[in-house]
Amino acid sequence: MPRSSFLNSTFSLGLLLLIWQLTAFIINSPVLPSPMLVFNNLIDAIQTGELLQHLGITLYRLTISFFLAMFLGTAIGLILGQHKSLNVFFDSWLIILLNVPALVTIILCYIWFGLVETAAIIAVVVNKLPNVIVTIREGARDLDNQLMEMAKAYQFSRYKTLFHVILPQLYPYIMASARTGLALIWKIVLVVEMLGRSDGMGFQIHLFFQLFDITSIMAYTVSFIIVIQLIEVAILKPLDQRSQRWK
Amino acid sequence: MSQLVVDIKKKSFPKGESREEFTAIENLAFELSSNEFVCLIGPSGCGKTTLLNVIAGLDGDFDGSINSNNSHHTVPPSYVFQSPRLLPWRTVLENIQLAIGDNHSLALIKKTLQHLGLSDNLHSYPNHLSLGMQRRVSLARAFCVPSDLLLMDEPFVSLDQAIARKARELLLSLWREQPRTILFVTHDLDEAYKLADRILFLSNAPSNIIDDIKITLPRSERSENKTRAFKEKLRTNHPAIQEFL
Repeated sequence: MPRSSFLNSTFSLGLLLLIWQLTAFIINSPVLPSPMLVFNNLIDAIQTGELLQHLGITLYRLTISFFLAMFLGTAIGLILGQHKSLNVFFDSWLIILLNVPALVTIILCYIWFGLVETAAIIAVVVNKLPNVIVTIREGARDLDNQLMEMAKAYQFSRYKTLFHVILPQLYPYIMASARTGLALIWKIVLVVEMLGRSDGMGFQIHLFFQLFDITSIMAYTVSFIIVIQLIEVAILKPLDQRSQRWK
Repeated sequence: MSQLVVDIKKKSFPKGESREEFTAIENLAFELSSNEFVCLIGPSGCGKTTLLNVIAGLDGDFDGSINSNNSHHTVPPSYVFQSPRLLPWRTVLENIQLAIGDNHSLALIKKTLQHLGLSDNLHSYPNHLSLGMQRRVSLARAFCVPSDLLLMDEPFVSLDQAIARKARELLLSLWREQPRTILFVTHDLDEAYKLADRILFLSNAPSNIIDDIKITLPRSERSENKTRAFKEKLRTNHPAIQEFL
């Protein structure tokens, strides 16, 4: 990141904190704790080990459902994008899936599969899957026919065609759905945990809600946002840069 | 011995949403001998690219037969397309290696690239090269594939004169070093005369062969004057191909 834009975002974040602090000061009520209180609470939660335990289990669920949704979504999206008749047939299924509220899928999964880990993961995957499929399908429709012909003329194997010709073309679409996916999935994981698990960030936040412990709710949220930002900066950004070398 | 025997009874495209059924090729037959350089010349839209795609095996939907006596039985013809068609996310070396398959020889690739003046670009990405260089990479890729037959679809079109001339010279010298049968599509008679052992003339669609002219004069002696004389001769003796002159 160039120096000026780094300064810029630091300034903008600082301004946000300042507004929060001022509002908390003016309202002066337990409903809106000040940033300092939240920060102290966060440190406490880390020191007792409670936060890290719940954060860990949530990240574990997030990782598994993220990769499952990305893998299945890419495969299905690629097939639908390349086969017009299949796409026409399954298009209505996709539209239905896209429009089922997340809450409904989660409740149905818990009813059908029981209050178990598998149900939680399936519920998250089912929620994210249609978005991945739709994004990848757009990319698969636009595959460069000339390169596909070249691959055929030089008798590329299916493996070679997939990994050297098709997937690099889908890369921007995969990255786009990974980014939106991460943001969507962690929100859904929290709801899933709140409704049917006895650990994880969602469960904890629900507990704090019942105890009316707003400071803890905010501390947990801040910790999670920091982790998601770290994933963006440490994994997604470098991946993006690496893949742009040829441009 | 014939390297390639082409006998296409009919190749047509079915009626589509926005067009009528279209017959691209009808009763087209010719043979190429081993290591012969043949240029195929025809008006635009006459089905030259369709013909190459059929011979390359990219389009199997036609009546007739294509027989090639390839010494490497499993290797299809190599193909130089009109645009370079390199994978932009792979380096020059990787592009060539992918086309050749598993048992490629790095020495041969390096030698071929050196021959084409691309020694320094082994690890460059195609987008960092000029169009002329990309075309040479696509030529190198085709020559590195151990195929006896090379199909070329107007590979030097839209290059400026000097670069195209240089590319033709490189093609000929590479061909002398690694001989193979070449079928070279062009719409430029001067280009065909400079390159070919034989020129086949195609009619408008549905295309067939309307003339087949052998050139015996050595390539080194094919000067501008000789080209003019060649065209003059065609004008008087070959009434069927006047539109190409």
